[in-house]
Amino acid sequence: MSTRLKDLSKKDEILKGGHRLCAGCGASIAVRQILKGLPDDVELVVSNPTGCLEVSTTIYPYTSWNCSYIHSAFENVASTLSGVESAYRSLKKQGKTDKDYRFVVFAGDGGTYDIGFQALSGALERNHRMVYVCYNNEAYMNTGIQRSGATLKGAWTTTSPHGEESYGKAENRKDLTSIVAAHDIPYVAQASISNWRDAVKKAQKAFEADGPAFINILSPCHRGWRYPMEQTVEVAKKAVETCAWPLYEVENGEYNLTGKVKEKKPVEEYLKMQGRFAHLFKKEENKEVLDSIQQYIDEKWERIKYLAGEE
Amino acid sequence: MAIENKSTVAYVGTDAVAEAMRQINPDVVAAYPITPQTAIVETFSTMAANGLVDTEMVNVESEHSAMSATIGASASGSRAMTCTSSQGLGLMWETLYIASGLRLPIVMPNVNRALSAPINIHCDHSDSMGARDSGWIQLFSENAQEAYDNTIQAIKIAENSNVYLPVMVLLDGFIISHAIERMELLEDNKVKDFVGEVNTPYSLLDPNNPVTVGSFDGLYGYYFEFKKQQEEAMKNSFSVIKEVGEDFGKLSGRSYEFFETEYMEDAEFGFLVLGSAAGTVRHHVKCLRENGIPAGMIKLRTYRPFPGKELVEATSHLKALAVMDRSDTFAGGMGGPVFMDLRSAYYDYDKKPLMTNYIYGLGGRDLSVELVQQATEEMQDIVRNGEVKQTVNYLGLKE
Repeated sequence: MSTRLKDLSKKDEILKGGHRLCAGCGASIAVRQILKGLPDDVELVVSNPTGCLEVSTTIYPYTSWNCSYIHSAFENVASTLSGVESAYRSLKKQGKTDKDYRFVVFAGDGGTYDIGFQALSGALERNHRMVYVCYNNEAYMNTGIQRSGATLKGAWTTTSPHGEESYGKAENRKDLTSIVAAHDIPYVAQASISNWRDAVKKAQKAFEADGPAFINILSPCHRGWRYPMEQTVEVAKKAVETCAWPLYEVENGEYNLTGKVKEKKPVEEYLKMQGRFAHLFKKEENKEVLDSIQQYIDEKWERIKYLAGEE
Repeated sequence: MAIENKSTVAYVGTDAVAEAMRQINPDVVAAYPITPQTAIVETFSTMAANGLVDTEMVNVESEHSAMSATIGASASGSRAMTCTSSQGLGLMWETLYIASGLRLPIVMPNVNRALSAPINIHCDHSDSMGARDSGWIQLFSENAQEAYDNTIQAIKIAENSNVYLPVMVLLDGFIISHAIERMELLEDNKVKDFVGEVNTPYSLLDPNNPVTVGSFDGLYGYYFEFKKQQEEAMKNSFSVIKEVGEDFGKLSGRSYEFFETEYMEDAEFGFLVLGSAAGTVRHHVKCLRENGIPAGMIKLRTYRPFPGKELVEATSHLKALAVMDRSDTFAGGMGGPVFMDLRSAYYDYDKKPLMTNYIYGLGGRDLSVELVQQATEEMQDIVRNGEVKQTVNYLGLKE
C-alpha cells in the first residue's frame, strides 16, 4: 500500500469536519493519519471510550463519523468492541454477512493506561481482531487536565500541581506500549503525529494484522501542555528528537526502531516548549528532577535500542 | 389443549437456563463465572464447544466487560446474551443503564444471590432489586421450569419493536439454580419458531446504514426525552408481556401473566411473594384453606414493569396483606422494595387492606413453614383487631 501523500490525499476522510475539537488538537490529526492506513473496500466500526474525541465528534443529533460508531462508557471500549467483533465473526460464520470489516478504537490515555486497562488486557488476551489506538496526550484532558498513568514525571496537572512541597507529578509514567507488547499480540507500535508517513505505515500494518494491534500515538494537547496551539506538530516532533517518545514497532515479537534519531537532543528542549514543565526551570533544586527525567528517557531509549538490536 | 411431543426431564435450574439458551441459539454470549451462576456458563460453553449452537463465546475478564461486550454484540444486530449473579450484577451496574438507554434487547438470566458485605453466596434478591430502576424488565421465576419458560419468553418480549428493552430473568440462587426438579422441555424447532429471527432496533454492521450509537447529549439536551421514551417502552411492555405469556401458553400449556393468584377470590388476608418462596407459601396457604382459614396468595412474576393497578385490583378486597421481601432498602424503616412499590400503588385508592411487610431469607436464611405460620398468626391478629402493630417485620432473625 502506498504512503505517498498524493495517494493518501485522495482517500476519503472518515472523520468529517464540523466536530468541536479544539483548534490545534493532536487527537484529530492522529485519527486522520491512522485512518489513512485503512485498506480500501472495507467496512469500518469505530469505538471511543468517554473522552475529548467522543464528546467533540458525536454531539447529538450530529455526528462527525462517516462510518458506524459506538460509545458505551469510559473503561469498557475494548470489551464493547470485543462484542462487536464477536458478533461480526458469528454472523460471518453463519453466512449472514459477506462484508470485510475492520474495527478500531480511538481512546485517550486515561481510558487506556488507567481505567480501561483491564478491558484492554482482556481483549488482547482473547485475540479479538481490532486496532486499538491510544491517542496519548498524557493526562485527562476532557475533564480539565488531571494526571494519568501516562503523564510524564515533573509535569504540572490539576491533580499533580507544583507547590512548596511538590514539583508536579512525582512518578514516572507507565510504559504501556511494553506492557501491551508483553501480551504477544501480532502488532504493537509507538507513533507520533509529527511523523505522518511512519504513522500511516504503522496503521496499514495494524489493519492487516491477523489479531489485535495496538498503536500508542503521541497527540499533544495545547490546553493541557500549555504551548501555543499552532505548535502541536512541532512539540510532537521534539518529543521524537529528544527520544522522550521513541518511535518503534513490535511486529510478531520483533522490535524495530522506525524513527531514526541521528543526534539525540537533550530532553530539556522538549520540556521547555511546554508550560506544564515551566516550574522545573524556575527553581534551582528542580535541576535534580530534570536530571532524573533525562535519566528515565535515556534508560528507556537504550532499552528500546537494545531490543531492536541497534546498540 | 393437548401438547404433543413434550419431554420430561430432571434438571437443575442452571441446566434449564442453559438448555433454553441452546434452543434460542444466540449469536453471541459473553460471560464471566460467578457463583451460583457459573454452571450456566459452563454448561453453555460445553454446548458451544460441541457445535450445538452458532454462538461466539466471549470469555471476558469481568462482568463489567461481559455486559459491555453484550452491548457491543447486540448493537451489531446480533442476538446477544449474558448471565450473572450478585457482585457480578453489581459490577455491571453502570452498563445496565447503557443497555437499556441504547434500547438493546439483551436477555440476561441473573441467579439471585446476596450482596457483600459480609460475603455470602446464598440467595436473596438484593442484587436484582438494586437494578430495579435501571430500565430492565424483570421476570421472577418460582422454579427451574419457570426459569426456562421465562428465558424463552424474554427474547420475544425484549425484541418486540414496541419495547426494545433488555430483560432480566431471575432465579433464586441454589434453591432453583442447584436443586434438581422435574420439568418439561419444548422441542427445539418450536422454540426456534417461537423466538423467530433476531430483531434489534439498529445494527453497526449494516454497511448501507451507518449509525452513531451512544452519542453525547451535551449541548442540545435530548436526554430527558430519551428517558421518557424508555418509560413509554416500559409501559408498552405490559401488553407485550401479556401477549407473549398467552402465546407461550398455546405452545406449552403453561401460560404466564404478571402474577399468579391462589385462593384470592374469597381470601380475608393474603401474601404477596416472589421467586422460590412462593412454593412454601402456596403449600402453607393450601393447608390453611384445608383448615377453613381464609388465606390467599399472589406470586409476582413481573416486578418491572410493576403491575401496580392490577395488584391493587387483585388485593383490595383483603382485610390484610403481607408483602414478602427478600431484600431490604435500608431506608430507615420503610421496608423492602416490593412493599414500598405496592404501598405507593395503593395511595390513589380508598379501599385498601392493612399492609405489613415481612423481610425474610436474607443471605439464604431458610423460609420455613413455621415462619410462614408465624406471619399467618400475626395476619390473623391484624384481621381480628383491625390494626397493624408493626409494619415492617424481619422474619426468622436469630434471637
